[in-house]
Amino acid sequence: MSLRIVVAVKYVPDATGDRHFAEDLTTDRDAVDGLLSELDEYAVEQALQIADAADDAEITVLTVGPEDAKDALRKALSMGADKAIHVEDDALHGTDVIGTSLVLAKAIEHAGYDLVVTGMASTDGTAGVVPALLAERLGIPQVTLLSEVSVADGKVTGRRDGDAASEQLEASLPALVSVTDQSGEARYPSFKGIMAAKKKPVEALDLADLGIDPADVGLAGAWTAVDDATQRPARTAGTIVKDEGEGGKQLAEFLASQKFI
Amino acid sequence: MAEVLVYVDHVDGAVRKPTLELLTLARRIGEPVAVHLGPGAESAAPVLAEHGAVRVLAADAPEFADYLVVPKVDALQAAAAAVEPVAVLVPSSAEGKEIAARLALRLGSGVITDAIDLEAGDQGPVATQSAFAAAFTTRSRVSRGIPVITVKPNSAPVEAAPAAGTVEPLEVTFGPLATGTKVVARTPRESTGRPELTEAAIVVSGGRGVNGAENFSVIEALADALGAAVGASRAAVDAGWYPHSNQVGQTGKSVSPQLYIANGISGAIQHRAGMQTSKTIVAVNKDAEAPIFDLVDYGVVGDLFQVVPQLTEEVKARKG
Ligand SMILES: Cc1cc2nc3c(=O)[nH]c(=O)nc-3n(C[C@H](O)[C@H](O)[C@H](O)COP(=O)(O)OP(=O)(O)OC[C@H]3O[C@@H](n4cnc5c(N)ncnc54)[C@H](O)[C@@H]3O)c2cc1C
Ligand SMILES: Cc1cc2nc3c(=O)[nH]c(=O)nc-3n(C[C@H](O)[C@H](O)[C@H](O)COP(=O)(O)OP(=O)(O)OC[C@H]3O[C@@H](n4cnc5c(N)ncnc54)[C@H](O)[C@@H]3O)c2cc1C
Repeated sequence: MSLRIVVAVKYVPDATGDRHFAEDLTTDRDAVDGLLSELDEYAVEQALQIADAADDAEITVLTVGPEDAKDALRKALSMGADKAIHVEDDALHGTDVIGTSLVLAKAIEHAGYDLVVTGMASTDGTAGVVPALLAERLGIPQVTLLSEVSVADGKVTGRRDGDAASEQLEASLPALVSVTDQSGEARYPSFKGIMAAKKKPVEALDLADLGIDPADVGLAGAWTAVDDATQRPARTAGTIVKDEGEGGKQLAEFLASQKFI
Repeated sequence: MAEVLVYVDHVDGAVRKPTLELLTLARRIGEPVAVHLGPGAESAAPVLAEHGAVRVLAADAPEFADYLVVPKVDALQAAAAAVEPVAVLVPSSAEGKEIAARLALRLGSGVITDAIDLEAGDQGPVATQSAFAAAFTTRSRVSRGIPVITVKPNSAPVEAAPAAGTVEPLEVTFGPLATGTKVVARTPRESTGRPELTEAAIVVSGGRGVNGAENFSVIEALADALGAAVGASRAAVDAGWYPHSNQVGQTGKSVSPQLYIANGISGAIQHRAGMQTSKTIVAVNKDAEAPIFDLVDYGVVGDLFQVVPQLTEEVKARKG
């Protein structure tokens, strides 16, 4: 039987660009080019490896985001995923983590799945909680923050390197996995992959298709509210000295003046 | 007075510093009630009481250690039902955030992650977050349900505020999801004897410029002279020179010490995301154009192999 894998990938503003909030205090997506969150490339990579190790597997990549978010799907398809789902709806603007997990969960159920794979965190919101929320909503085990993962005989196993300990985890399918950037470098799309991606199907869905009340998502439906966002004042120019042989001593002098020594 | 649940992060009853900071923040919005899961509540209770916990709800069961995250969510849900708190505060560790998120969903509440400050407000607690690699500071609220907020280490002072801290048993019934993810083996991290990276007052970090695992002794020597934790950039970690558990940045630890010293680190946005909120920033880098110098209070343009050992000697001499 075919192993159905769904990978949730996020389209995010490039972290090396000058990211801003818009007037309504949501992410300003026009200010900076978007791309597939680099941390989700690791999720696509692990899904591809899991699929390779299975007899028969199919990978669907899923994104919730505006029109441009198709770019993220194309990238994942060109890496080797089989098909894509794009959930787009004007009512989604300003959705919080609770709402995002609702939409993703409904779309994952719509796709049908044995395994859900996600990144460890987005590179914009960086909350790192959508995977756990998805597991809660779907009622399946969360096997999260893995630096190593494998799937065999209906079981997921993986290694989670935590603050205090490294843990070996195990769960039965269906399950949700999130992977860290320690899980293994993501492959570059080949030219063949890029050409093939153009022909792969992308299913477009909106909230009505998923049976979601628009009141449960978006800025108005969010269970959190941002009251203000202010740019951090630029640091006042610090003192910079060139080492002429006394740099370490000068630094010690500074640290002493600041009472660190 | 309104009660605030505080999730206790501990190792067998040894309470970790971020929890004591949460007790300080909790007192700004109500009376802290600590929730202690796993062994050691009796040894944790006096410390929690000393820092303001009016009660300590305690539960111990093998499920907390044998299965991932969900048993703790079941327990916090039981505590929330028993206490009807005005907020739930959880330390912003990887596990803490996952616990908070699932709890929030069950409570029908919004969740705010990685707060760096917390105050009482007219419409409930107001959390400060830093966004986009600390380029922005936001103030947010949970607008529905019982606010569930995770707070980063070093966001508040640890303050003594003696309270009763009576230990009370917490009844927990584990749901069907609790045993979904089994922890089949656990290897505790070896202690280096240095302060915990996220909790340290001073962090000394090394990057690609350190140029080799053995050269990290130069960084360690300075850290030890200052009583600091050691950090590393991802380049140094990826090269295998230092463990991933010491990585500072977006996908490593986020640190906010009083003093951060970056050595041989260029200051890429993903590194900045993890250290930009440090109070005082110092860098040693041989490239005067390195972006890290845009952040520093004091920078030395020079070879770290010259500057750092000299600094270490100077620190030792001054400390006597
Ligand atoms: C600076 C900032 C701070 C924020 N703080 C909060 C907050 O405190 N509370 C809150 O409720 N909301 C917050 N939000 C909103 C939140 O980021 C969005 O709701 C977001 O869509 C989901 O959270 P995340 O991207 O942080 O997900 P994470 O939990 O960090 O993402 C983990 C993984 O989930 C998957 N994923 C996440 N979003 C999508 C998507 N749209 N499509 C497909 N896969 C996805 C990806 O696999 C990703 O790797 C914040 C947003 C910003 C920009
Ligand atoms: C999704 C994603 C997540 C990431 N997460 C992280 C993260 O969590 N943490 C992180 O650090 N990075 C992270 N990165 C990587 C980041 O983009 C940079 O590649 C990395 O921070 C560079 O490390 P570095 O500064 O040590 O190396 P480099 O950028 O190579 O800088 C080395 C510096 O050392 C200086 N130098 C060399 N020799 C000497 C000497 N003898 N004396 C003094 N100075 C010297 C050089 O002038 C240079 O400035 C991430 C990247 C991505 C895409």
